[in-house]
Amino acid sequence: MNPKDLKYAKSHEWVRVDGDTCVVGLTRFAVDQLTDITYIELPKVGERVTGGEGMGEVESVKAVSDIYAPLDGEIAAVNDALSMDASLVSRDPYGEGWLVRIRPAKDGRLDHLMSAEEYTRQTEGA
Amino acid sequence: MMERNQSADLLFEISKPGRRCHRVPPSGLPAVGLDSRFLSGGSPPLPEVAELDLVRHYTNLSARNMAIDSNFYPLGSCTMKYNPKRHERLVSLPGLASPHPLQPDKTVQGMLAILFEMQEMLAEIAGLHACSLQPSAGAQGELAALLVAAAYFRHRGENRTRVLVPDSAHGTNPASAAIAGFDSVTVKSGDDGLVDLADLESKLDERTAVFMITNPNTLGLFDHQILDITRKVHEKGGLVYLDGANMNAILGIARPGDFGADMMHYNVHKTFTGPHGAGGPGSGPIAVRDMLEPFLPSPMVIRDEKGGYCLQQDRPLSIGRVRAFFGNVGVLLRGWMYLRTLGPNGLREVSEQAVLNANYLLTLLRDHIDVPKGAGCMHEFVASAKILRREKRVSAMDIAKRLLDKGYHSPTVYFPLVVAEALMIEPTETESQETLERFAEVFVSILREDPETLHEAPHDLAISRPDEVAATKQPVLRWKSA
Amino acid sequence: MSYIANTSSQQEAMLGKIGKKSVADLFETVPKAVRLDRPLRVPPALSEMELTSLVAKLAGRNRHPGDLACFMGAGAYDHFIPAVVDTLSSRGEFVTAYTPYQAEASQGSLQVFFEFQTLICQLTGMDVANASLYEAGSGVAEAVMMAMSVTSRRGPVLIAGTVHPHYLATLRTYMANLEPEIRVLHCPGGYLEPSRLEAEVTEETPCVVVQHPNFDGSLEEVAELSRIAKAKGALFVQVFDPLSLGMLKGPGELGADIAVAEGQGLGTPMSFGGPYLGLMACRESLVRKLPGRLVGQTVDRKGKRCWVLALQTREQHIRREKATSNICTNQGLYAIRASIHLAALGPEGLRETARQCLEKAHHLRHLLVAKKVGEIAHVRPFFKEFRFRLGEGMPAAAECVDRLLEKGFLAGVPHPENPRDLLIAVTESRTLEEIEGFANALSALRATAGKGAGQ
Repeated sequence: MNPKDLKYAKSHEWVRVDGDTCVVGLTRFAVDQLTDITYIELPKVGERVTGGEGMGEVESVKAVSDIYAPLDGEIAAVNDALSMDASLVSRDPYGEGWLVRIRPAKDGRLDHLMSAEEYTRQTEGA
Repeated sequence: MMERNQSADLLFEISKPGRRCHRVPPSGLPAVGLDSRFLSGGSPPLPEVAELDLVRHYTNLSARNMAIDSNFYPLGSCTMKYNPKRHERLVSLPGLASPHPLQPDKTVQGMLAILFEMQEMLAEIAGLHACSLQPSAGAQGELAALLVAAAYFRHRGENRTRVLVPDSAHGTNPASAAIAGFDSVTVKSGDDGLVDLADLESKLDERTAVFMITNPNTLGLFDHQILDITRKVHEKGGLVYLDGANMNAILGIARPGDFGADMMHYNVHKTFTGPHGAGGPGSGPIAVRDMLEPFLPSPMVIRDEKGGYCLQQDRPLSIGRVRAFFGNVGVLLRGWMYLRTLGPNGLREVSEQAVLNANYLLTLLRDHIDVPKGAGCMHEFVASAKILRREKRVSAMDIAKRLLDKGYHSPTVYFPLVVAEALMIEPTETESQETLERFAEVFVSILREDPETLHEAPHDLAISRPDEVAATKQPVLRWKSA
Repeated sequence: MSYIANTSSQQEAMLGKIGKKSVADLFETVPKAVRLDRPLRVPPALSEMELTSLVAKLAGRNRHPGDLACFMGAGAYDHFIPAVVDTLSSRGEFVTAYTPYQAEASQGSLQVFFEFQTLICQLTGMDVANASLYEAGSGVAEAVMMAMSVTSRRGPVLIAGTVHPHYLATLRTYMANLEPEIRVLHCPGGYLEPSRLEAEVTEETPCVVVQHPNFDGSLEEVAELSRIAKAKGALFVQVFDPLSLGMLKGPGELGADIAVAEGQGLGTPMSFGGPYLGLMACRESLVRKLPGRLVGQTVDRKGKRCWVLALQTREQHIRREKATSNICTNQGLYAIRASIHLAALGPEGLRETARQCLEKAHHLRHLLVAKKVGEIAHVRPFFKEFRFRLGEGMPAAAECVDRLLEKGFLAGVPHPENPRDLLIAVTESRTLEEIEGFANALSALRATAGKGAGQ
């Protein structure tokens, strides 16, 4: 169920390398844990983010969770559709519900991220 | 029962242009001409209703509430005890309800005498030296106390940046710490629900300003390690703050100052029977140890040379004000009346009976629902629907909603965060054995009901479960004319 | 006496069922070393009759606007409260309910708060109002913290020197350990001159705070001030007087981003300073940073309209250390009172009240000037309160207040900035006889003072 072509962070974000930027979203596991997503706050285009640090928030009716940047870089684009309808993330987390595009920093690395298999193992253990 | 009401229309929907209630006849004085840049074209578009419309509207609305006056209300952590009617009558005496907050001291000697005595009594119950009545509610009391701590350390030239908060604490603790300019650091609870001493020790150092502890804690447990805890904090030069939310369990039994707390807040609206007023007002006095007294908010009530009372404004080390005027005086007056009614023995009896009632209810329920950390509870306990959820798909929320159908307000649900599917139950001392037994019977009968009945509850109230997701996704926060 | 229902035989039976011998055994987890081994040193218990006579005696030692004609204001006012406000708000179903977390069992409170939010929006012309804060002083501090959170700016917060000194003091306390400095803009003319603001506001200013009518009762050039603030991207915070809005333009029309007020004038007795009612409203776009409780409309499972607490993720019980505010209670019962009060007034009652305040205050100022008691301190338009500078031969303000007590008046509030200035408020509650009597009594002090000086 976790697409094989993506990389995964411990904090439940996925990453897809797409040319010189990386598309980032929330995993199905995270979305299911959060139940009904009502609001998403994302960084602005041009903002610098640091891997492992908070870059936004996702809210359900009675919970707020941080969204962590999976890698160092600069925000190249944000998914504006989410400001109109945050539930896109729940409906299609790996597609239309993507969050941001990050342009990785020069020395940015992705090798700390997990494969789909490793990530599935992590979430099943939880 | 609630369907007898004639209407749940909004005020704005029953409004009729030209209808009047309160009138203020013309003064007979000449009109005053203000420049048009200040004047609005007309009056704001408020609703227009007759006096009887108002009376029916609010009377019908009031019937859509559960309240202590009508229902058993075992809402954990909120201390929903009986609110004496004598207080309501006495606080409305003009000599108490009407004085202006800035009247000269000599014109409010009766008021100041009461407030002075309230400061003294609260310091004594805390086992601490001084008390400020200014904070408007518990959360503001926390903030004021943390600002006092910050001012104290600054005065001593110490740079301490962290406040340690247990994971079972109320959300106001870390929120207050942040506003007071501290970083808040979470301390874990152990499997027994008490402070994990090893985790506390690993986080205590010379950066620690304050350790905030709720004792009895939010699981209803008195932390028997308390002397160890407070000693360890003091050894590192930190202060201990007691969140007094659960003072109803230990009045006259143990005093925070005697077990090492340096500062604490009271919730007068809980422990000293406020009342709660549908969400407020509260009142959150703080008591502190002697070395912190100079930093308390101003003004304080003191005795003057002639045996009278006055407001002491000139307190150079004080943190200043946390609000305009004196404090939530109306709530403080009720608290004072309560303390004067109970006296020393009555206060102790409150805690003894609150703990007896909680233990009795726990005994009636524990064979039917899991109470993971129930042994030796104080004034409240936390049951868990975790097993029910797994086995029958019945959640804490389902039980809470079904209790409403049966005429009981629900316990606090999903708090504290350290217990899954939590139902936090606090019966208070003012309930009778019969009430507790009936409640237990109903509770147990609910656990045996068909899960579907519970998922759909409540069935018999003015409304069924509201769609909270819609309310949050597209918030409608005011009525607008069509 | 402690309102205990269980009889002693019940208590014994309950202990038996629990399996404990005595109540003391229930406290085993409290270490012996910390148990109090003596009774608390508080006064002995009183019966209801004893308490009633004690309270009557102490209340009798307080003077109050029921026996002295009140010309005091400075943030707390003697406005008339219709009987329906007391009667309806004192229903036990409101007084003894908790915060409406269980929506199905709290539709009464929730609907009242939803109506309250709407009434405050109608009154102010703002988009959204919360279900109340504690009072205006901490309300100003909350507004500033909200503005910091919205703008992410850390430059100095600008606040007019004509804002209530208690509100300014509260703001200083709240901000003591936070980054932005507070810069008070001095107002030698008794109001904030727009050019002064223009010179101070920058692209780093989180917000500008102005009170209108201000502490002296004078009107500020709000429309121009808000334009200047917003040109630099700073939020404009206006402290307003709800009853003035029967005549004056509201914060919405004047361009406020956040509006804050003391709502005491809406059905709350003065009760020596509290509980009062903090009002707060803002523009729609800022709602996610608005502190305090919010009630929203939704539908239940059967499609029936109903109300719930909305946007709870803003609040401390969910967001903990990241919450914009630590506020937990609102002033529920006083929001109920204000709703009933506003509904009882309606648009016409509000306008009539405002007009009476305006006319009576101006009438008194006119009488005092005619009797040569002094002059208005700063010539500015005012609403129901003015700062009056006592003329030659008059005692200082504090002495005037003291001596007029004997004559049956609460004469006003000595101004904190100048011992010669008396802050005088006139509400609709004052009769023409009281106003004239007050002017005569105050001017009589000049005569005797003059004689005293001549001896």
